[in-house]
Amino acid sequence: MRFSGLKVLAEGLRGQKGWTPQWRDPEPKPAYDAIIIGGGGHGLSTAYYLAKEHGLTNIAVLEKGYLGGGNVGRNTTIVRANYFLPGNSEFYSHSLKLWEGLEADLNYNVMHSQRGLINLFHSDGQRDAFARRGNAMRNQGDDAELLDADGVRRHLPYLDFENTRFPIYGGLLHKRGGTARHDAVAWGYARGADSRGVDLIQNCEVTGIDIENGVVRGVQTTRGAIRAKKVGIVVAGRSGQVAAMAGMRLPIESHVLQAFVTEGLKPCIDHVVSFGMGHFYISQSDKGGLVFGGDLDFYSSYAQRGNLPMKEHVMDAAMTLMPMIGKARVLRSWGGIMDMTPDGSPIIDKTDTEGLFIDCGWCYGGFKAVPGSGFSFAHLMATGRHHAPAAGFRLDRFRTGVGLMDEEGTGSQHNLH
Amino acid sequence: MRLDCPTCGTRDRREFTYQGDALALDRPSRDAGDAAWDDYLHNRENPAGQTRDLWYHDACGTWAVVTRDTVTHAVHGSVAATDATR
Repeated sequence: MRFSGLKVLAEGLRGQKGWTPQWRDPEPKPAYDAIIIGGGGHGLSTAYYLAKEHGLTNIAVLEKGYLGGGNVGRNTTIVRANYFLPGNSEFYSHSLKLWEGLEADLNYNVMHSQRGLINLFHSDGQRDAFARRGNAMRNQGDDAELLDADGVRRHLPYLDFENTRFPIYGGLLHKRGGTARHDAVAWGYARGADSRGVDLIQNCEVTGIDIENGVVRGVQTTRGAIRAKKVGIVVAGRSGQVAAMAGMRLPIESHVLQAFVTEGLKPCIDHVVSFGMGHFYISQSDKGGLVFGGDLDFYSSYAQRGNLPMKEHVMDAAMTLMPMIGKARVLRSWGGIMDMTPDGSPIIDKTDTEGLFIDCGWCYGGFKAVPGSGFSFAHLMATGRHHAPAAGFRLDRFRTGVGLMDEEGTGSQHNLH
Repeated sequence: MRLDCPTCGTRDRREFTYQGDALALDRPSRDAGDAAWDDYLHNRENPAGQTRDLWYHDACGTWAVVTRDTVTHAVHGSVAATDATR
């Protein structure tokens, strides 16, 4: 079934009775050429690109819950390519280009909205740092524009520009940055993968990884054993547990990151606004809710919910930046499990086990990477070679100290990102 | 979340700074080799369930090894790091 304006119109006239399920619900086969563990955004996009770019269609995605039920359905939906360091910069640039063609490619409305992202600065030193970042972005071929205070005021008149502690000196505008509908991204990739023959198997938890003489043979699951020549682990916050099934310990700590949404309001925030000094960022969903968040709670957690001190901190920052937000009522808050690496950058690599690959460590920035991560991981799994834009995301960089990508410049150590 | 300081008793989480896994107390010897140091500095068991981690009580200066559940956030007690390493 292809979606089109005509189809929507016709179904409207026919009482919406002609829609069919968007993917099958197959039983697992005894064996596949490749298995992806994890039916989230990254896992589904990996399966899609394995099928589309590499012709691998005898593959399965194993999901312990339901498709898109993890972080891809719990994030704050920001899409951007404003990274600074070589290694990160080209990867996110590639990912943003995939985003820009995603709806046509998937024939699926992911509501990608390039409404512009503004990172605010509050001192001369910060302005210099943002000018440098903006130059790095433009050197990469992406867009960046340095705004002074009046420039920001034209876009965001509702901010408190004269705040005593953090007066607004200006901002770095990334016009191609924006948001997307998070669930739709998972659904679009799921539908695209399924239509190319990929088996999406839900309620199927992997309980073991079969390895013989250093070569992966398949997996044990709650729905029986499944053989496979290649296995990819794409399980975000649960990476530590799944990797342990293959005898690995990862350079990852799982932390909780909270997010918040207000009741639905009329359009008032047209951009994505990032207030780094307050660890605060905000955008408005198409449904009208103000979606915002802050920093990690800063303790390891799998609870998918946070504690009150960080909520208080985030609300403080919101009121500092935009006092008008005090009129809005918070509807709900939630938490996600972030797979934090020591340097804050991700991992897309082979493991010491032949045929076993891992894609993890997306920290709190995995959503925008969904297309790029799947594309690069599929390339690695299919060809055995690193995809150039993701070639820096090596698992061994912590051990060797070569190629660390510490975007924040705070050090390569757990608890610093 | 409230945490137990071995010196002061149960206190608000805001009085503490999180350091990370209590593995930090088991420093390898200088010549242990890069794999041991990699495990010490970077690689983590990262348990979903009971964990031991290091918290610094800002108010009194005690380093505490807190036994905690990462799934429920329940705190099962703590000892001073100086006692834990004895």
